[in-house]
Amino acid sequence: METLASLGDGFFIAITWQNLLLAFMGCFLGTIMGALPGLGPSNGVAILIPLAFTLGLGATPALILLTSVYYGAMYGGRISSILLNIPGDEPAMMTCLDGYPMAKAGRAGEALALSGIASFFGSFFATWGLVLLAPQLVKVALWFGPAEYFALFTLAFATLGGISSTNQAKSAFAAALGLGLAMVGIDTQTGVPRFTFGEVHLYDGIDFLVAIVGLFALSEVFVFLEHGNLKRDSAAPKMKIGKIVPSLSLVKSCIPTMFRTTGLGFIAGVLPGAGASLGSFISYSMEKRLVDKEGTFGTGDPRGVAAPEAGNNAAAGGALVPMLALGVPGSGTTAVLLAVLLALNITPGPLLFTQNPDVVWGLIAALFIANFMLLAMNIPMVGLFTRVLLVPPRILMPVVAMVSFVGIYGISGSSFDLLVMIAFGVLGWVLRKLDVPLVPIILGTLLGNAMESNLRRAITIDNGNWGTLIDSPLSILLWSIAAIGFILPIIFGKMMKRRMRMARDEEGAIQD
Amino acid sequence: MSDRIFGGVGVILALIFAWQATVIEESFLSDAVGPKAFPLIIAAVLGLSSLYFLLKPDAEPTWPTFGRVAEIGLAVAVMVAYAIMLPELGFVIATALAATYLTWRLGTAPVQSIIVGVLTSVGIYVVFHLILGLSLAKGPFGF
Repeated sequence: METLASLGDGFFIAITWQNLLLAFMGCFLGTIMGALPGLGPSNGVAILIPLAFTLGLGATPALILLTSVYYGAMYGGRISSILLNIPGDEPAMMTCLDGYPMAKAGRAGEALALSGIASFFGSFFATWGLVLLAPQLVKVALWFGPAEYFALFTLAFATLGGISSTNQAKSAFAAALGLGLAMVGIDTQTGVPRFTFGEVHLYDGIDFLVAIVGLFALSEVFVFLEHGNLKRDSAAPKMKIGKIVPSLSLVKSCIPTMFRTTGLGFIAGVLPGAGASLGSFISYSMEKRLVDKEGTFGTGDPRGVAAPEAGNNAAAGGALVPMLALGVPGSGTTAVLLAVLLALNITPGPLLFTQNPDVVWGLIAALFIANFMLLAMNIPMVGLFTRVLLVPPRILMPVVAMVSFVGIYGISGSSFDLLVMIAFGVLGWVLRKLDVPLVPIILGTLLGNAMESNLRRAITIDNGNWGTLIDSPLSILLWSIAAIGFILPIIFGKMMKRRMRMARDEEGAIQD
Repeated sequence: MSDRIFGGVGVILALIFAWQATVIEESFLSDAVGPKAFPLIIAAVLGLSSLYFLLKPDAEPTWPTFGRVAEIGLAVAVMVAYAIMLPELGFVIATALAATYLTWRLGTAPVQSIIVGVLTSVGIYVVFHLILGLSLAKGPFGF
């Protein structure tokens, strides 16, 4: 009941002209970013953060804008999957499997409409899941002391790599690299400079926004440059879209599928380390095993379109739960959203719900509103977005690069930050080549200082006794999950990843 | 081979990081852990994970040909020049030049690239400066 009252208050906050306009803009931009191969939710949100920041938006409006982009990208990714057989972003890769065959059979309109409905279904119920689950998780989190938080951060790093890389050593490397970058600057507790080499620019530490935009957005530009002449101009859909209204019976036949995959996707989203890509993958696989009696999956089965779309949208909602309630994001895009909060000096986690309830509930209410906007944009107006696919990457990528520069320059007005960003862009490209996941790096730079201060606080409270880290049942539990989460992918990961990569975007891994 | 080189770089990085951690000057007022411990833990993880793929490398990634690497190198050079020249030239001119170059190198015809570059620059200027009011680098002409 209390939750519903808070949600009601949230709607009062969300329904202002500014917030509605931002939600609308976010949905629109997000759908475009999702639809365009080369721009996904994480780099799309990344290039918009500095802008939201320099525009002087408050915490709630900024989050509304950027989370709407996140939700929008989840909707948009399916458009190019269905029409071009190229996933617009990674979570949409499973949609290619049945969406493209459906389009080839002249049912593109139906596939788009059905997947739009499935997307709505997934994210609508996942947002309810967020409403119900997040406050419960906050109650659990209130028992956490510094030692438990340290264990929780470790858990996040241990499980994050399992999905994003084939090699756990490389994800550990990425996490350590990110944490190491966070150490640069003045030590917050004793005030001594660390790893600054006497360079004054480094005393404030490395701005994580610069790192994020460089690693996510600029490295994508380099990936395109590497592949050279992009003559793939005629990527434009030649497909006839056909009628956009699916028959009621078709939608009805997919409802059980949508229900199951929404639940599954939501759980996948909540779990640390699993993002929307995994959500759509396991949703599709489970449905295939469950209902594909005649072997029609992969040949244009409508249920094969509905399953991954409901799954990835539900996972997007689910991924917000740990990010808001614990301050520990489980996926690339939520890590980027965490950066927004930190840049605005808001500490996510249980205190967020008590100290800034307006931010949380305003955001959640805005997500409900955004969902309806997205449904309207993605079914009747889907033709508009298919036209966006006409923009070839050779024009799009320079725009992405220039907007990244504008955003970072807007924050600090310093050429030094731009140079750091370029360096991160190159680093990101090299690491992607070497199959080192980028998300743990970002998470490391974001959480490094919080992780260290929790460690130091825990040990200082216990008079320098390191044993305090495994002193409570809760922290032992967290440490064991971390250990299992790190080891399990080494055993099972290879097989699953191979299957996931079969339908993967060739141009590069755009993490969700 | 790539992974072995990468692992080697990682190990060296970890050693430098650990060394830099030990030379952090501690202040007389310190907590029980101090500013060195956590960086040393990080260095250990960094070193151990690098050692792992130094000894057990993955399959070789497909590196681009020398020409493509040079392509990326040139693009980086252009971006660096852009970052440095931005305050001198002003946003619109610098961005038009950089965008033209990138568009051209990604496979657009030269004349078309110039048009696209100028449009990109002016478009961003209109949207972000004139409409949204973001402050962009002012050059000698005020834009």
